[in-house]
Amino acid sequence: MQVLQVEGLTKNFGGLRAVDGVDLTVESGEILGLIGPNGAGKTTLFNLISGTIKPSAGKVTFLGENIFGLKPYTICRKGLVRTFQSCKIFPELTVFQNVILGAFFGTSEKKSWEQAALQTREILEFVGLAHLSDVPAANLTLLDQKQVEVARALATQPKLLMLDEMMAGLNPAEVEAAMTLVQKIRDQGITIIMIEHVMKAIMNICGRIVVLDHGKKVAEGSPKEISTNKKVIEIYLGE
Amino acid sequence: MKAENVSKRYLTPVILILLLALLIALPWFTRPYMVVLLKTILMFTILSLSWALFSGTTGYTSLATAAFYGVGLYTAAKLGNVLPVPLMVLCGGLFSFILAAAIGAITLRLKGIYFAIFTLSTVELIKNVMHWYEINVAGVRGHRILHVSDATVFYYLLGITVLLLLVTYLIKRSKYGLALSSIGSCEEAAAHIGVNVITLKVFTFALSSFFVGLAGAIMATSINYIDAYIAFDLNYSFFPTLMAIFGGMGNLFGPVIGAVVFSYLREILITRFPYAYMFIFGLVMVLTILYLPNGLVGLYQTIRLKLKQANNKKEKTLGGKHASTSS
Repeated sequence: MQVLQVEGLTKNFGGLRAVDGVDLTVESGEILGLIGPNGAGKTTLFNLISGTIKPSAGKVTFLGENIFGLKPYTICRKGLVRTFQSCKIFPELTVFQNVILGAFFGTSEKKSWEQAALQTREILEFVGLAHLSDVPAANLTLLDQKQVEVARALATQPKLLMLDEMMAGLNPAEVEAAMTLVQKIRDQGITIIMIEHVMKAIMNICGRIVVLDHGKKVAEGSPKEISTNKKVIEIYLGE
Repeated sequence: MKAENVSKRYLTPVILILLLALLIALPWFTRPYMVVLLKTILMFTILSLSWALFSGTTGYTSLATAAFYGVGLYTAAKLGNVLPVPLMVLCGGLFSFILAAAIGAITLRLKGIYFAIFTLSTVELIKNVMHWYEINVAGVRGHRILHVSDATVFYYLLGITVLLLLVTYLIKRSKYGLALSSIGSCEEAAAHIGVNVITLKVFTFALSSFFVGLAGAIMATSINYIDAYIAFDLNYSFFPTLMAIFGGMGNLFGPVIGAVVFSYLREILITRFPYAYMFIFGLVMVLTILYLPNGLVGLYQTIRLKLKQANNKKEKTLGGKHASTSS
């Protein structure tokens, strides 16, 4: 089953075409990797899909429903949630408060404080942050902050989770931990798209990879196909 | 331990109720001047609490308080002789609510300094349009307002203050309070986890302005005469902002303490040093921003934390000595 279908998605910034007619389909239960050099338009593509900025043209269908140009909060409540490249937690709030916000506002159903708190505690347990529940998010390590952002996203009960460079800035041991978490989330039945520069993570956990360059999709395939694709090697290593 | 917790939990409400009782009884046995002074203090308390309710939590610095206060004053001028006082006051609040919702819908897309400047300009715009309209179209200059006794105005203001405190308290401990802080913390992230940021901002802005309008409408009855320049005085935008910062916004009572201390200080300075009062006022503000970024409440919390740490240290060293002797 297709979770997300993107057709001809385009964004112009003045004269610059940051994303240029990208087609993309995401199958239920997969981990899709999105790679490409800096400035390829990966984050812009995320911004277009999640409603951060309005697309110029194209079609975005999520679970059979048109979500082109909708507001971020609406898209989130439909079950599509994203994280940010530069970690965007609420630093003044505690870990618990960060996550319970997702539980309260991320779905259309009304929840009592008890229901939301219960769900929050479960998610904190799941990502391994239960012991930091009452700590202000600003006081955490980078890995923990990124996990808070993921936990907050999970609290919105998504069908599709879009992770923007979750591994950036982490040390090798932390990358391992983050990889395990991503797989654990997928095993819960949540489909994942991840932008990543850490090749080890991409090659190990993604079932399929899409390569962007200059706003266009240039390759798509399994990790093995991508690592031997001539075009991709050209982009990354030069001719 | 449990008994101590229970007594602590009831301490604040008990103090508040006693304070309220004292305030209610006050007009019966104090000098008339005291009631006049308390009216000013309560008015500024309402204004700074309203300011903190929206701007303190979301980080959007509004300088439009004077516009909503002015709407309250003008409501009294236009409807004071037509409607009974309670209804007139309610209208002042509603008109402010509507105006704030309209301003909010247009401007709350603006961020940071742009929002502050726009709200400031709004006050000037309304003031000048009103002035032009009265002189050129309506052919009047200013209005006389019906008079209501000081004690009555005082009770109205006290009622509005209690209501506003209650509303602020309930919002702060609800999920919407949390959502407002998340907007102040990182609005983009808030929007992406399902918070309808625009509706929440516009509604809270309008709600906070409702109370400013109420205060304006009832305070008007203490002024004999208003025109556009008196009603839309920018000081009603600046003072509440300064008072809330001075008191500290990390706590429900911060803006109250700020408003009480500040208004009292202003009263003393105006009477004792009529020429230097603005100068001293400015100096206090500069010092606050430099040395008390979290206001008086922040200062109190820092001192308490320091004392607690000192106590802990003492206990630790004592405990350590004890342990070493026993071993």
